Amino acid sequence: MATPVLRWCCPGRRWVFAGIGGVSRHGRGVPTGSTSSGKRGQSSVAQQPLITAQKPRKGEREWAAVVGLEIHAQIASNSKLFSGSQVDFAAPPNSLVSFFDASLPGTLPVLNRRCVEAAVMTGLALDCHINRRSLFDRKHYFYADLPAGYQITQQRLPIAVNGSLVYSVCVGKRRSQMVTKTAGVKQIQLEQDSGKSLHDSLRSQTLIDLNRAGVGLLEVVLEPDMSCGEEAAAAIRELQLILQALGTSQANMAEGQLRVDANISVHNPGEPLGVRTEVKNLNSARFLAKAIDYEIQRQINELENGGKILNETRSFDYKLGCTVPMRDKEGKQDYRFMPEPNLPPLLLYDSESLPTGTDPQQVINIDQLREQLPELPRVTREKLVQQYGMLPEHSFALLNEVGLLEFFQNVIKETRAEPKKVTSWVLNTFLGFLKQQNLAVSESPVTPSALAELDLLDRKAISSSAAKQVFQELWRSKGKTPAQIVAEKKLELMQDAEALEQLCRSTLEAHPQVVTDVKKGNPRAINKLIGLVRRATLGRADPTVIKEVLERQLSL
Amino acid sequence: MLGRTLQEVSEALKQGLVTPTELCQRCLSLIKKTKILNAYITVSEEVALKQAEESEKRYKKGHSLGDLDGIPVAVKDNFSTAGIETTCASNMLKGYVPPYNATVVQKLLDQGALLMGKTNLDEFAMGSGSTDGIFGPVKNPWSYSKQYREKRKQKSHGESEDSHWLITGGSSGGSAAAVSAFTCFAALGSDTGGSTRNPAAHCGVVGLKPSYGLVSRHGLIPLVNSMDVPGILTRCVDDAAIVLGILAGHDPKDSTTIQDPVKPFTLPSLTDMSKLCIGIPKEYLTPELSSEVQSLWSKAANLFESEGAKVIEVSLPHTSYSIVCYHVLCTSEVASNMARFDGLEYGHRCDTDVSTEAMYAATRREGFNDVVRGRILSGNFFLLKENYENYFVKAQKVRRLIAHDFVNVFNSGVDVLLTPTTLSEAVPHTEFIREDNRTRSAQDDLFTQAVNMAGLPAVSVPMALSSQGLPIGLQFIGRAFCDQQLLTVAKWFEKQVQFPVIQLQELMDDCSSIFENEKLASVSLK
Repeated sequence: MATPVLRWCCPGRRWVFAGIGGVSRHGRGVPTGSTSSGKRGQSSVAQQPLITAQKPRKGEREWAAVVGLEIHAQIASNSKLFSGSQVDFAAPPNSLVSFFDASLPGTLPVLNRRCVEAAVMTGLALDCHINRRSLFDRKHYFYADLPAGYQITQQRLPIAVNGSLVYSVCVGKRRSQMVTKTAGVKQIQLEQDSGKSLHDSLRSQTLIDLNRAGVGLLEVVLEPDMSCGEEAAAAIRELQLILQALGTSQANMAEGQLRVDANISVHNPGEPLGVRTEVKNLNSARFLAKAIDYEIQRQINELENGGKILNETRSFDYKLGCTVPMRDKEGKQDYRFMPEPNLPPLLLYDSESLPTGTDPQQVINIDQLREQLPELPRVTREKLVQQYGMLPEHSFALLNEVGLLEFFQNVIKETRAEPKKVTSWVLNTFLGFLKQQNLAVSESPVTPSALAELDLLDRKAISSSAAKQVFQELWRSKGKTPAQIVAEKKLELMQDAEALEQLCRSTLEAHPQVVTDVKKGNPRAINKLIGLVRRATLGRADPTVIKEVLERQLSL
Repeated sequence: MLGRTLQEVSEALKQGLVTPTELCQRCLSLIKKTKILNAYITVSEEVALKQAEESEKRYKKGHSLGDLDGIPVAVKDNFSTAGIETTCASNMLKGYVPPYNATVVQKLLDQGALLMGKTNLDEFAMGSGSTDGIFGPVKNPWSYSKQYREKRKQKSHGESEDSHWLITGGSSGGSAAAVSAFTCFAALGSDTGGSTRNPAAHCGVVGLKPSYGLVSRHGLIPLVNSMDVPGILTRCVDDAAIVLGILAGHDPKDSTTIQDPVKPFTLPSLTDMSKLCIGIPKEYLTPELSSEVQSLWSKAANLFESEGAKVIEVSLPHTSYSIVCYHVLCTSEVASNMARFDGLEYGHRCDTDVSTEAMYAATRREGFNDVVRGRILSGNFFLLKENYENYFVKAQKVRRLIAHDFVNVFNSGVDVLLTPTTLSEAVPHTEFIREDNRTRSAQDDLFTQAVNMAGLPAVSVPMALSSQGLPIGLQFIGRAFCDQQLLTVAKWFEKQVQFPVIQLQELMDDCSSIFENEKLASVSLK
């Protein structure tokens, strides 16, 4: 969520200082934050010299923020991008290092086919143009965890360009409405990951782990089409789901398989884009949103106070919740790019251009990969909405948790209950329990069939509150079926009509004041009576039945 | 025995006239006796003897691995050799023992070759004299030859003999000297701008630079990746063909090698000369070319013509830009390739531990000589964002023009180009070091270096001795991947010119027996 000083103007687009009531001197609320061309520094809207010449007075200007993202996703592959070393996040330090990874002189890169396929699939899923010919380049900088002194990347001609990422953000008072947005995908490039440096400041030592050195990365560059932390976080979440659906990356941010750098600038609508800063290494969606919102606010404050924004690299201090300039000079370095001479151009084919008589192991056919693309999250959600009449936000919620959709579908298979009811069970009760206990779907003590059975009971034999009780019991005592619990706890609905009549009667007798209220015509008074009766039945009677009996007894 | 060619000695081994161990021991003793040449940085005596023993067992069982089984070979010290120090003649890699073999080394070993040692070079192969390595310069065996000494005696008097030793050329001078002085039968060099052909010409041996992509570079410590090729130094063209047949072919570890399989081959004898068209590039007739080399060059052209070949003058118009273009591309790649030498994973590391950056700086300062540092500095300059377009990109364009020159010439019907390899014969060290490394490299690479830009095969074949009694070689340049055709022409030429054998008796007067042909008289040769 946004920092308190800020508030939303048109959905997620522009930032307006509190206290001016959203009145802009520039009038129309055309969002100028995003330029579709992706070129930075020049706005497509003509400048207004008179206004720009004036010194802004605090709180009088309207601000638009522009956010672009660079995402590094580790490719899910058994071996590294250019060597045969295994990839394993949890392996002991320096146990997965080939001669090439350690940059022993004379070793040469050999491109991993799986990584190329992952890049092509990701490109196709993001509607990119796949370059039939792409090139590798060396990007030079000295760093202890970069053994060769350069990273092999795709600077000049990346494998995929010009795509788009469609994502949704919540809007509205209750944040229950989903609005679809699009961020341009400038390019996707293949590159090597670096190793890891562990600084032991106590002994002033740096320890190097090269297990990660040379692991394949997909660098996805999103155009500056976003305007706040929430949008950025939503875009990243969607990308994450896409990568996971494709199987091209596990995209686990906590394990560093997905890392995000954000480029952020602010400007007055109608004026050229402002100077941007880069916030590096954001390792969770929440911090990403926080860092971006903080940085936007910082830049606005800075400019409002007559200051200047420096083109610099900043990092997010998650403890303090603010961004701070990075001390290293990485941002200002000249990387001295040059073509990687040891790798010939990467050529890709489609079914038409595929040269005859080639070894299929030696070529990659884009059309073939396109056919193998799995269903993308967007489509899955649309299907859920269509098939089950689900609310769009519920379809999002189902996909957002790993394994939840599968769980839902398994419950659906085993019950004839209303899908809406199942959705509610899964998203409210089940997910609520999971979150509360910080468990993954796979760790749940409640199986889909148990939930399905419970749902069945819910419709016939027990009240909804009793059902919740059964659920709690299911959670606690693994192995018991809902039927067993219902029997044990005597939770089945009261079938004895006479007993219920009796209970109702005694309740009416005990609460004459409420009865008077009912008779006076207070519509809510009857609910109080129903509640009292339910309590007396220990929640085992159906409120509609109670109501009927009460109304009859009161001869309403 | 040692004076023989690889092919001859291979035959002798097969006939049991000599055993691998005998051969190995003789070569080892010769290496010791010719220590003054400084051809070897590391002599892998134990390894070689062990390999010889294995080879001998195979011969006894009749399971020889082929032509190279039991043959002593040497490898330039910029090829990785598992378990054997690989220094690139640099402080940076002093003490570095690679954990793996270069593909070409592995292929030689797989064929049963005996690895005698690692040969001397210019630091990281940057030079044209084999004078700029930390282990000191390589001396040209011809400095001690009877042919040269006799000529010198006639001219100068009273000067100390040894102060006038000649350079081998470079940077594969150690390999050239090793083959020339009979300490091995074939040696690996590397060739980026002429580093195999140049010393081959100066040392009177055959120096082959195969087509780029024909032979794996995996394990060759790079100078310029886009131009480096493992080179082959032998005493005759047939031997070069044998070694090439073994080394050539796709290597999954080097993505720039050709996919098509390459089979070992033997060179046919050229019979119908009328179908051959020899091109003489007019741009190679430069004022710096010594008159002696020039006259041998035209003599060679005449030889082809008189035997029925078509000899025509051709033009390679962009030749003059080659050196400056090479300078930009070479230094840029050097700057990049040398970035890995930071003292962390392997190689030299300084004592400074103030900061990582200080450690890098001191390590690299101590590890590299001035030549290497100079190239790194220029290369980084050319790669700067502001210079990249003006230098690197332009140089690449010029490179394409140069390559195109060759394509045009070959498309016009020329089969092979005939050029000088070097401007003159080998010069004395004292004279050579009057100019700095950069100037020398620029001069000496003149005829050889455009070939690397174009990735073509080329071979230097010794033709005759100069008036000073020193070898002069000529270069043949072939079409890309037409290495066999090139070698076939070179073989014909070699047969015609009958280049004299080096007479090294004086250098090794106390091991004269080595040169006796005790058993060879009975060897029947094809």
